Amino acid sequence: MFVAFIRNAIRFSTIFLFGSTGEIITEKSGHLNMGTPGIMCLGGIGAVLGERLYLLTIANDVDLINPFLCVLFPLIMTIIFGALGGLFFSFLTVTLRCNQNVVGLTLTTFGVGLNAFILARVPRGAGFTYASAYFYKLFPDTVVSSTGWFGEIFLGHGFLVYLAIILAIIATIVIKKTNVGLSLRSIGENPATADAAGLNVSKYRYLATMIGGAIAALGGLFYIMDYLGGSVEYTIDRYGWMAVALVIFSVWNPSFSIFGSLLFGALYIMPSFLDGLSFADKELIKLVPYAVTILVLVVTSLFNRKETQPPAALGLTYFREDR
Amino acid sequence: MLAKKMKKNDIKRDPFIHLTRLPDPKARHYWFSKLISVVIALLICALITNAMAPGSFGDFFKYLGLGTFSSSLQTLRVFQDTAILLLIALALTPAFKMKFWNIGAEGQVLIGALGATIAMKFLAGTMPNALLIFVCLALSILFSIIWAVIPAIFKAFFNTNETLFTLMMNYLASGLVAYFVFVWVPNGSAVLGVINPNTHDGWLPKLFGQDYLINIITVVIITVLIFVYLKYSKHGYELTVVGESQNTARYVGINVKKTIIRTLILSGAVCGLVGFLLVNGTSHTLNADLVSGRGFTGILVAWLGHFNPFEMIFTAFLVAFVTLGGSYAGDIFRFGTAYSKVLIGIFFFVFIASEFFLRYKMNFSTEVQAFFKKIGDFFAKIFGPIGRFFKKIFTPVGRFFKKIFAPVGRFFKKLFKKKDSPKEEPVSKEE
Repeated sequence: MFVAFIRNAIRFSTIFLFGSTGEIITEKSGHLNMGTPGIMCLGGIGAVLGERLYLLTIANDVDLINPFLCVLFPLIMTIIFGALGGLFFSFLTVTLRCNQNVVGLTLTTFGVGLNAFILARVPRGAGFTYASAYFYKLFPDTVVSSTGWFGEIFLGHGFLVYLAIILAIIATIVIKKTNVGLSLRSIGENPATADAAGLNVSKYRYLATMIGGAIAALGGLFYIMDYLGGSVEYTIDRYGWMAVALVIFSVWNPSFSIFGSLLFGALYIMPSFLDGLSFADKELIKLVPYAVTILVLVVTSLFNRKETQPPAALGLTYFREDR
Repeated sequence: MLAKKMKKNDIKRDPFIHLTRLPDPKARHYWFSKLISVVIALLICALITNAMAPGSFGDFFKYLGLGTFSSSLQTLRVFQDTAILLLIALALTPAFKMKFWNIGAEGQVLIGALGATIAMKFLAGTMPNALLIFVCLALSILFSIIWAVIPAIFKAFFNTNETLFTLMMNYLASGLVAYFVFVWVPNGSAVLGVINPNTHDGWLPKLFGQDYLINIITVVIITVLIFVYLKYSKHGYELTVVGESQNTARYVGINVKKTIIRTLILSGAVCGLVGFLLVNGTSHTLNADLVSGRGFTGILVAWLGHFNPFEMIFTAFLVAFVTLGGSYAGDIFRFGTAYSKVLIGIFFFVFIASEFFLRYKMNFSTEVQAFFKKIGDFFAKIFGPIGRFFKKIFTPVGRFFKKIFAPVGRFFKKLFKKKDSPKEEPVSKEE
């Protein structure tokens, strides 16, 4: 029971981890991308369309499924869709200099609508269920069952779970330890100074938002192909907002967000593992992540430590000729 | 690393486009651009519809109209939706003018609705109906003010990021509402049902036999009040100054903290009014999805209306029109409910992009200009004669219309003369 709980929490937290890692990279460049839930929905569209495309190339014959290609198609499509979402956001905010909150919220409205709209018209069939088997298993069954609880918790997941953790760690290293990360952070803190120092603010913001969008979109892929096992008629926007909350919770550090997402995921699925709770109590438990996030936000602003502050230029559009 | 970068940039190159900020557009140009945006957005939507259901290009416009204005009930529905959206946008406007990015309208409205529901459910029968309605209103406004003022206090005293704070408050509110609904309806159906269905205690009375009329009238009054508050009151002036620059505000002796908190009290109070109207005037029930994203749409309405209450009427109406018409067309084409959301998204994107062409001038480099000139000459060769022909025909028509509409235009010009349009947020220079 407890092992199953931990295992499910890890699995569920992957959605948040992808979303928050992507959003942290985006926010480090000074872009407050409220469109992340929309981009995750776009990722879901990409995943389903990619898988559909692959199933069409093998004429829906589930015996012909090639494990590698069947994962690769949706993966690439998801990344493309997510990056397109980020590109769209950056085009409107960097090139057309629109307000980031407004563009982000529009992107979310649009993405959620498009998700429900398109996924309702994709013919499904058995192919998706078969294909999803290659998503939620990485290690063979014999290895997982022979190692007991350890295997159950740490080895019994699909490759996307490990990918999420690896991406979070890589993102942390890149942001904290490399020159690129230093430039990225300086643009998020003060774009005017960074511009004066010769950094291309637009380029960094475009790239960071696109990469962030692509990573966040993987959350949509994971949700549909792995967590739901290939059933596609669900949108992910609610989890997308939790990913945005997680960014604050993890004080803009992707490796903290590995643990943060685990906590969020555990709290979110806990009600279904506890017996004897009324429906009302379950709702209260689901509130805890948001309350904790507010607490973190307040506490970090109270203590005012430099390491835990939001990027100073977060949400501000940069126009070189202002003043 | 920086040295390397500098070297790269040392090669002098004429950038393709160089942007300069334009002064505020004339009202005439402004409304013309809005008109063009509507036309472009409608065309894009129609083309997409046509792609999904071939041959439906014309039908799209037909159903858009049929879904909104074919009966008096539908028309009233459009105005009711416009009213609610507008009221949410109005609630946000003072905060936004102060550059306090309150994206928590969804939660503030919902918690107000919770307050109204509590009063309606538990106080019904203990007092006369008029008093009950008043208590509902008071309680919903109180709840919303609390919800709005918590982030404001933290923003004022500790500079906590208000965007993220209010966003989280939305989810707390929707969770709390879900909790109370489950407490009141413990069987897990999450359906509270219509409150006081027989006695109609706490329901707003029908005006002239129409359900929503009282909502619409309230909103009209509030629109005027907010306009006056922002434009002619001392408070309105102070919050504008705080929005432009907190340092300036401090320098001229404005109490910034007090202004922030006071403005958010106002913002919350109007949100509470929306919650009250939704519960007592419209749905007479409560669920966690009562506001259904209108708190977020209201942000877009306020921003696209440039925080001018009268302009926001236009944007709110447009959103309500597209939502209702779009969902009607979606039903007929069997596109599902999400179809209207896609349309709304497209509309917003086109509007957002159109802002750019009003606010900035694109100065192209000489090479690009030469290229454009080539294209222009080419088209001039083709279309020149046609253009001259049309000019001949339409010049008299134009002169005629100008004669008619010039007085109307002058009137509107007067109305929008001192339009204070929002500038992009300046980078704060506090360090």
